[in-house]
Amino acid sequence: MRLFVSEGAPGSLPVLAAAGRAQGREELLISTVGPEECVVPFLTRPKVPVLQLDSGNYLFSTSAICRYFFLLSGWEQDDLTNQWLEWEATELQPALSAALYYLVVQGKKGEDVLGPVRRALTHIDHSLSRRSCPFLAGETESLADIVLWGALYPLLQDPAYLPEELGALHSWFQTLSSQEPCQRAAETVLKQQGVLALRPYLQKQPLPSSFEGRAVSNEPEEEELATLSEEEIAMAVTAWEKGLGSLPPLRPQQNPVLPVAGERNVLITSALPYVNNVPHLGNIIGCVLSADVFARYSRLRQWNTLYLCGTDEYGTATETKAMEEGLTPQEICDKYHAIHANIYRWFNISFDIFGRTTTPQQTKITQDIFQRLLTRGFVFQDTVEQLRCEHCARFLADRFVEGVCPFCGYEEARGDQCDKCGKLINAIELKKPQCKVCRSCPVVKSSQHLFLDLPKLEKRLEEWLGKTLPGSDWTPNARFIIRSWLRDGLKPRCITRDLKWGTPVPLEGFEDKVFYVWFDATIGYVSITANYTDQWERWWKNPEQVNLYQFMAKDNVPFHGLVFPCSALGAEDNYTLVNHLIATEYLNYEDGKFSKSRGVGVFGDMAQDTGIPADIWRFYLLYIRPEGQDSAFSWTDMLLKNNSELLNNLGNFINRAGMFVSKFFGGCVPEMVLTPDDRRLLAHVTLELQHYHQLLEKVRIREALRSILTISRHGNQYIQVNEPWKRIKGSEADRQRAGTVTGLAVNIAALLSVMLQPYMPTVSATIQAQLQLPAPACSILLTNFLCTLPAGHQIGTVSPLFQKLENDQIESLRQRFGGGQAKAPPKPAVVEAMATAGPQQIQVLTDEVTKQGNIVRELKAQKADKNQVAAEVAKLLDLKKQLALAEGKPLETPKGKKKK
Amino acid sequence: MAAAAELKLLEKSLGLSKGNKYSAQGERQIPVLQTNNGPSLTGLTTIAAHLVKQANKEYLLGSTAEEKAVVQQWLEYRVTRVDGHCSKDDVRTLLKDLNSYLEDKVYLTGYNFTLADILLYYGLHRFIVDLTVQEKEKYLNVSRWFCHIQHYPGIRQHLSTVVFIKNRLYTNSH
Repeated sequence: MRLFVSEGAPGSLPVLAAAGRAQGREELLISTVGPEECVVPFLTRPKVPVLQLDSGNYLFSTSAICRYFFLLSGWEQDDLTNQWLEWEATELQPALSAALYYLVVQGKKGEDVLGPVRRALTHIDHSLSRRSCPFLAGETESLADIVLWGALYPLLQDPAYLPEELGALHSWFQTLSSQEPCQRAAETVLKQQGVLALRPYLQKQPLPSSFEGRAVSNEPEEEELATLSEEEIAMAVTAWEKGLGSLPPLRPQQNPVLPVAGERNVLITSALPYVNNVPHLGNIIGCVLSADVFARYSRLRQWNTLYLCGTDEYGTATETKAMEEGLTPQEICDKYHAIHANIYRWFNISFDIFGRTTTPQQTKITQDIFQRLLTRGFVFQDTVEQLRCEHCARFLADRFVEGVCPFCGYEEARGDQCDKCGKLINAIELKKPQCKVCRSCPVVKSSQHLFLDLPKLEKRLEEWLGKTLPGSDWTPNARFIIRSWLRDGLKPRCITRDLKWGTPVPLEGFEDKVFYVWFDATIGYVSITANYTDQWERWWKNPEQVNLYQFMAKDNVPFHGLVFPCSALGAEDNYTLVNHLIATEYLNYEDGKFSKSRGVGVFGDMAQDTGIPADIWRFYLLYIRPEGQDSAFSWTDMLLKNNSELLNNLGNFINRAGMFVSKFFGGCVPEMVLTPDDRRLLAHVTLELQHYHQLLEKVRIREALRSILTISRHGNQYIQVNEPWKRIKGSEADRQRAGTVTGLAVNIAALLSVMLQPYMPTVSATIQAQLQLPAPACSILLTNFLCTLPAGHQIGTVSPLFQKLENDQIESLRQRFGGGQAKAPPKPAVVEAMATAGPQQIQVLTDEVTKQGNIVRELKAQKADKNQVAAEVAKLLDLKKQLALAEGKPLETPKGKKKK
Repeated sequence: MAAAAELKLLEKSLGLSKGNKYSAQGERQIPVLQTNNGPSLTGLTTIAAHLVKQANKEYLLGSTAEEKAVVQQWLEYRVTRVDGHCSKDDVRTLLKDLNSYLEDKVYLTGYNFTLADILLYYGLHRFIVDLTVQEKEKYLNVSRWFCHIQHYPGIRQHLSTVVFIKNRLYTNSH
């Protein structure tokens, strides 16, 4: 046998590891060839590694070579291994070659590299953790492990590309990497240069093209059925049989909700939306909606839950907006507060309180925290150079100044940034500065300001983080942001501003100043609670009993994870600090960003006018929640998900289950006699339910939604395989079977209605009304699947839950909201050419085509070098094309380039 | 041809009674075999190999280590190359390579008919029906192999027969 390898060809890794492991190395000759050498006579494109067998046959697929080594050592092929290898070839390789190409050839880093492969990595991680097996195809290491390890090693050996949260993948990878044959293969191929060793090979490869457009995918992760033990099945059956009896009594509604000693007290906040704008879908999914799902889930678990939010109303932007609209800041806040409240009401957000920051409580609590910081020496004064408009008699905030950019000379640069060159500007550096209000020229004056001495508080903060972070559910991005701030060292932060619209600073000489939002916005949560109950301190000065979850987009992490904790720690008043900081990534709109000014994207108030129900919006936004990576809102995808997941999967299942009960059993749940298959189904549903709980406890909202859809898929499959509509017409035994299947299915539907409650509250209530689900079962979700609709239970009238979204409906919405439209087809180039091409030009071109044609023919006759011929042929084709254009003939478009 | 339809064809050609249910997954509509017990299987070639075992026709997966590896290699070729987003050029390269590979072979493994022949036949059918007489002649070995497989008992079923002309028309086409 002879193995052909090439310097830096990634395929050598698994092949050498497999060869080493199968001890087939003695008879193996290894030859190194150039990356472009054609070893296999029948393949046009070069391919390495290649194994030439003694029979003369060639194996040119990396997996097939590895498989061959394993087969030689007596291994038997099995389905699971085949499945992994097929997945590796069709899913992992395209993603991985793109990632490696970006990394090694194009020198990209971070998310650009990790993005394409993240889904594949997650898939491996999930498979490992779901099966709870140490290896891909079972208890021992096998072919699948070697092939996947070899493919992934170049990337994952750099810890930056092995995501921390994928624990199972981590340990699998470490185990394999530490084995001798793998280590040897890694040393041979990477030569301790890391991934750059692949460079000589990869830079000769074309850019992996088929991967384009697959990076941001909202496709569901595939599901696999876990293998179940007899014990698990028995436990699921026992729990099921206990039924309604095992539900605890409902906890009475409290008003106000206050922490109770000995219970789990969950305080949930959603980032306070800034009042001067209408929130877009990205804002909504980033905080209020995500927090709402968790709050609803928390209540389903019977945890003592308080969910609060409100509008953040102070600051420059409000003053600007007020000026624009000719209102007072207070009027602006009143107006927009109502707009916000309406939007969230429409989206069915279950706030216990939706308050605002412009209240006396806010002033009282902010000033109290400030005084405590001041007396403890954590605040100091310093002078800041600032622009002051003498005409308006005030210092100008960055947004109130315009001028000429000191870098690029752009005339309308803003005080903080130039829109043209994008550079950050210090307002006093602007040339020809102008007050945006009166257009007079401001002067530079120095102004006294207060600074929060963060460096002094850094040690306390680190101590607190050291206690809080381990084992908490802070999202990885939040941990990362905090870590990088701490690594760079904290700097003092200015907490005052020369504004009128804000919380007044209670200090002599600062009568004209207010607190900067940096300092007082996060205190809003506390003051909003204080407006809700005078016993607010039981929530906010009670870290022992309260579990605080804060939801936000990632740009808000520093305020919540650093500045507020520092203020609170410095105030030494036993404040409740964030236990779990849940930050999302960004949501894009179609292929770009949401933009109010360009009218691109869907904003909260417009969602209502689309005719699409709030629950559908909720579902889709949660389905694409930017959890772990950025994602994108896409109209087409929304249509697809509505029609496939909601209509065909979930809606179809729940409707069918209910319809069978009405049609075949007069609306009365039939007797259920469980067969071993049914018991297994019970156990599968239970397992998936538990998975749902695990995920939601960790606030992995998007993933938990997949569990709901998985159960419904199991349900559909169960009905499909058992065909109750046929059996109902059969023998006595068949009819009994139809009854069992229907009864089990409708109980799964009931379970789904509860699991769905955090995501789609209205749909959930509709299902529960249709099924007449008993009240306690509607509001409590246990970790076991119970029979909540026992035999004899009478259900109500069943009707379809979802409507199909039509293409033209979605297309017109896309037009209306802009962005991502199909670009107008390019005008045929003919028109352009026609205008200029006269008969003379046509003659010239015809001659040239003839001439070039002769050159090509001659070269071919001489059997000249292939590349030379190709180059001349290309010239000929180009000339022909020009001629065709000049003559106004339609171009022959190459066929077969179908769009996906 | 949708993957599920192809698997139904395969079932029939293997003499399996109906009863397997398939669903499709994701953008590429990857087939999933629904099983009532045990984990489901995903992927065309994975399910195909499973069906072969179900039908007790393991010999279709190859008998020696070499043959087994070769069968799997061509199955992988089928799902990665034949099923990819093929441009006209890709198809040409594919047929050219296959033509040169089959020069001294009756079947993909040499002398034994295997699952690789069946799935490559199903996968290539859509390209071969569109070939001109001249192209069929150009890829003579592919044509010979394809014609042979389509006449193999029970394989073609409802797929259209592709006509190959026995005498050569374009003697100087190369």
